[in-house]
Amino acid sequence: MTIATIFVGILMIISAIYAIEAKKMLDSFISLSLLSLLSVFLFVIMKAPDVAITEASVGAGLTTAVLILALRRIGGDEE
Amino acid sequence: MVYYISFILIGIGIYGILTQKNLFKFLVSLTIIDTAINIFIISLGYIEGKDVPIYSKYTPVANFVDPLPQALVLTAIVIGVGTLALGASLLVRVYEKYETLEVEEIAVKEARK
Amino acid sequence: MRRVFALLISLGLILFFVNSLSILPEYGNVELSKVSNAYINKSVNGNNEKVKFGESKDLEDGAANVVTSIVVDYRSFDTLGEVTVLFTSALGVGLILHGFKRKTYGRLPNFILRVSVGILLPLILLFGVYVFVHGHLTPGGGFPGGTIIAAGILLLYLSNEEFDLSKTSKFVESYAGSLYIVVGLVGLAIGGVFLINFLPTGVVGDLFSAGIVPIVYILIGFKVGAELSGVIADLYREG
Repeated sequence: MTIATIFVGILMIISAIYAIEAKKMLDSFISLSLLSLLSVFLFVIMKAPDVAITEASVGAGLTTAVLILALRRIGGDEE
Repeated sequence: MVYYISFILIGIGIYGILTQKNLFKFLVSLTIIDTAINIFIISLGYIEGKDVPIYSKYTPVANFVDPLPQALVLTAIVIGVGTLALGASLLVRVYEKYETLEVEEIAVKEARK
Repeated sequence: MRRVFALLISLGLILFFVNSLSILPEYGNVELSKVSNAYINKSVNGNNEKVKFGESKDLEDGAANVVTSIVVDYRSFDTLGEVTVLFTSALGVGLILHGFKRKTYGRLPNFILRVSVGILLPLILLFGVYVFVHGHLTPGGGFPGGTIIAAGILLLYLSNEEFDLSKTSKFVESYAGSLYIVVGLVGLAIGGVFLINFLPTGVVGDLFSAGIVPIVYILIGFKVGAELSGVIADLYREG
């Protein structure tokens, strides 16, 4: 289990750095959604299925949707 | 191990808040810190070799991890998406007023008035 | 220059956190506190006897899912406060993004999206309802169930040009919130404590058990679903 945890942790750190440094907003949001999905894996490893199902529906679904809807409302992606 | 992952994620989020100039990136950094703190709180309740805190056919007698941090984080996640939506709507208003989301351009436009 | 300073500051913070690890328990070797033990054995007032699945009867709280029994029963007042915070943020989004018309594109959405929503939406809504009706037995509950329903509503918004739910969501949300407080007041009238579990709790593991826990979780599910779909509806309007 430890190797899987380390692997997921490295992926999370990479996706967090990409979410901050990405030039386009849309890439940043998708990367944030990937971070949430990977954290679901950590929650399942740590025996917290309630939190995992909440994070899966909120982090991967609604957070991305809210951010993208707000981005579309201000008129799309600007460099 | 999970401790270190959450610490590094908090550090990345603070680095993002300090360096980025776009207001949307601030929201993204705050969400990263939110996720990291949730992971940290859950990891404080994990006990090696124990089970999910639900009585069921497979775990009829209590041999559970700590359920209290999970109960705290469960509501915090949903509150997080509510506050994120509030922040995003504030950004929409800021864009309608200044027609940009870059912090420095907003400061220039504010000074010119 | 700015990046170097930011990097130094965040590295310092990480080092500070790593140093403070010495006062924390080691990962995986935490000891259960007295409060957690009382919650797990479901006898905060009693003598901490072990609970057995399918046999123990008439406990303080009959929910098989311990997290649910903490969220909805023991710390229900806390949850009422958190639902109020969510309501306030949804209200804030509605106030800031005032607008009347629903945004339209002027052309029909993708054919695949329109057809597949008709097939997928009932399944998504059914899964959301299942998650919050079985919240006291399986992982899940009102908060994830409500968000799953809101995700289904988002799919409806994407696929249908004329669809608008904002009035219905406000109606459902206010009634569910009021009913939560009414349940608490009934508990105050019967048991003398606000939000006390006044119904018989039954056997641990039955669908009809745990007293007011399933009722309150269904109300929370409707409230969270209506609030989050209201947020989506607000973001879809143009001012």
